[in-house]
Amino acid sequence: MAALRHGKYRFLAGAILPGLLLYAVFVLSPYAQAFYLALTDWTGVSGQVEIVGLDNFRRLVDDPLFLAALRNNGLLLLVVPAATIGLGLLLAALVNFGGRRGSTMVGGVRGGEFYKVAYFFPQLLSLPIIAVLWQFVYHPNEGVLNGVLRAVGLDFLARTWLGDPHLALWAVAGVLVWSSVGFYMVLFSAAMESIPRDVLEAAVLDGAGRLAVLRRVVLPLVRENVQVAFVYLGVLALDGFAVVQVMTVGPGGPDGSTEVIGLGLYRNAFTYGRFGYAAAMGVALFFLTLALAVVALRAGRREQVELS
Amino acid sequence: MNSFRPARSGSAPTTGPAPVGGPASTTGPSRRSVLRAAAVGLAAPALAGCVTSGGDDGQPAAAKGETSADNPLGVPASTPLEVVVFDGGYGDEYATNAESIYKGRFPGATVDHKAIQKVGEALQPRFVADTPPDVVDNTGAGRLDLATLVAAGKLTDLTELLDAPSLDDPGTKVRDTLLPGVVADGTLDGKVYTLNFTYTVWGLWYSKPLFDRHGWAYPTNWDAMLALCDQIKKAGVAPWTYQGKYPEYLNDPLLAMAAKAGGPELVQAVDNLQPGAWKQQPLLDAATAIAELAGRGYLLPGSEALSHTEAQAAWSQGKVAFIPCGSWLEAEQQGVTPAGFDMVMGAVPSLGAADKLPYGTIQAASSESFLVPARAKNPRGGLEFLRVLFSSGSARRFAELNSTLPSVAGATDGLTVSTGLGSVRAAVQAAGPNTVTYRFRTWYAPLAKAVDDATGELATRRITPGQWADRIQKAADAVAADSAVKKYTR
Repeated sequence: MAALRHGKYRFLAGAILPGLLLYAVFVLSPYAQAFYLALTDWTGVSGQVEIVGLDNFRRLVDDPLFLAALRNNGLLLLVVPAATIGLGLLLAALVNFGGRRGSTMVGGVRGGEFYKVAYFFPQLLSLPIIAVLWQFVYHPNEGVLNGVLRAVGLDFLARTWLGDPHLALWAVAGVLVWSSVGFYMVLFSAAMESIPRDVLEAAVLDGAGRLAVLRRVVLPLVRENVQVAFVYLGVLALDGFAVVQVMTVGPGGPDGSTEVIGLGLYRNAFTYGRFGYAAAMGVALFFLTLALAVVALRAGRREQVELS
Repeated sequence: MNSFRPARSGSAPTTGPAPVGGPASTTGPSRRSVLRAAAVGLAAPALAGCVTSGGDDGQPAAAKGETSADNPLGVPASTPLEVVVFDGGYGDEYATNAESIYKGRFPGATVDHKAIQKVGEALQPRFVADTPPDVVDNTGAGRLDLATLVAAGKLTDLTELLDAPSLDDPGTKVRDTLLPGVVADGTLDGKVYTLNFTYTVWGLWYSKPLFDRHGWAYPTNWDAMLALCDQIKKAGVAPWTYQGKYPEYLNDPLLAMAAKAGGPELVQAVDNLQPGAWKQQPLLDAATAIAELAGRGYLLPGSEALSHTEAQAAWSQGKVAFIPCGSWLEAEQQGVTPAGFDMVMGAVPSLGAADKLPYGTIQAASSESFLVPARAKNPRGGLEFLRVLFSSGSARRFAELNSTLPSVAGATDGLTVSTGLGSVRAAVQAAGPNTVTYRFRTWYAPLAKAVDDATGELATRRITPGQWADRIQKAADAVAADSAVKKYTR
């Protein structure tokens, strides 16, 4: 028995260690180095660095673009996860329970499977491609969005979406939501499918309306998925780099209105040659992400609903 | 998609192709990696230091061959040469052409040719590790910051090359074959570190036949410009557009007008970060002039959100009369411009009668920065490659291939050229010694960003010319006060 166990551990170690090693070299080590670089004035091309202590972090506090980035990432954090999860839940619910089959049977709308595939489609495109496509959509004169508005007589709603500092960030948020809502619809849909039919049918037989079923039965049962989705979407909202870099004026504009932390980091490192300062931004972003993950997972912790 | 946009010397590379492979372009760390790294991260300084551990020990003695009249730089005849060029709008045929001349001169040497797009990302680790190529075309949106490279001592001083006899005429030094400003463009801290191969001139572009058809005359001062814009607008054409996504394009006419009005002293004050430099009257007047375009509705609606390709396409389709751009525009618009469009470039109008520099003054700068890394294995070969590249035959070939002016004087003489290149060549000749170049873009990239942002706001009339000057002055003062930023003066 003991020998068997010993062999098992050796097998497990053999399976895990190579992965751990790669992880240490390509994930942990860069992280650790970023922490160290954040305390230096490294330019990115020199082998020589000087330790500047917390100087880079002191600069962050006075950097108007970094503060704008914090604000914008904060706004994205408020809007993108909530909107994506809300839409994802709504669509998943429609696909799974939107229709009615027979008198009490609960079923999805007609063509639900098709919608699942269609909504999932953006997930197959890489973010920069999505950003390029949406740049065309938002084109002030020839874009689809303004074109549709003008075609239906809503000319007064047509805007230079990416050229207006009050709208640009929301245009970016819209793209982030559009690009991720399909994935979360499928995720929530899978969770909803695993809810036993008899539970739902029992609720319907007890006279619960569709909204009540959704709120009182379905949502509590997919709660864990929503929580995980919130963490992932929060990370997405704290990033936003690819879409902003490709799509926005400046990029990051107009006038810093779509600046995000990742963009400032990229600019400082690769345009200004301030890798040390950029690393400090990275460290700040790291702690923000960490805090978000901890808060989301803690705040969402509640007694699990057990089905069996 | 937009690989064509030769970054001007000194423009902050904030634009261009999306850095798809950028470090932050992934969706960020996953929850698990974040938590785990937090546990280990702070406790792992042993792993740190890797990225900065490049050797700084003694410089290896670079190979040097016999110096002779035919080989003034003492190139070792059979040492291989590694050339890295930016594969942008100009392609790399001009470089392979120069390489074949090099191989003809040194048959024993092999030439390793690399044409890439992300110059910075590809070469940064090699600079850190002190194993760089022998000659680099440090160009494109992803290029390495020149000031940073110089401050780190990574580049070879090119003075020796400039004082060497040119390939065409042993009696003329390489230095004396270049157009005005080329040597100064590559100078930082009194030493020449880069040699720029193309000569870029900025101005206002228009379609000659379109103007002839309507009887519009190109305006030489701003009042005439406004009067003409009124006429153009009445004809149903938008008078101006600009590459709104990158407001730096609109800086060119603005800063050129200010330089003409204020003279070289104004440019010097701006570049030297003098207190109040941005509040000089000519700058305010030029900003007012640009703001007036928007105020009078002379800008194509929506310009502020158009990328350079979109704005330029609208212009090429004849929807707009004027667009500000550098002399690469003609080559860039090949393929989207209808036949008979015959674009030409005019010098930016004078601001007023009291201008210190004449109307024909142009903003000009050389770009496509070639440099020889200090720790190259074959730096003599790198210098010799540049001597070959900057010879008149090689420069002429470049002009033929790309409809672009090389920075070698007289390289296009007698060459039959397109309308655009012809107008650029004529503008350079008309300007003579009257060329201006701002250096703050190269020296202080963060200031350049502040100017771009402010100009974008100015052109949408979200700020006034006074606010424009105020916020740029504030940014300039911040750069001046920042002890971590290396300062340059001219």
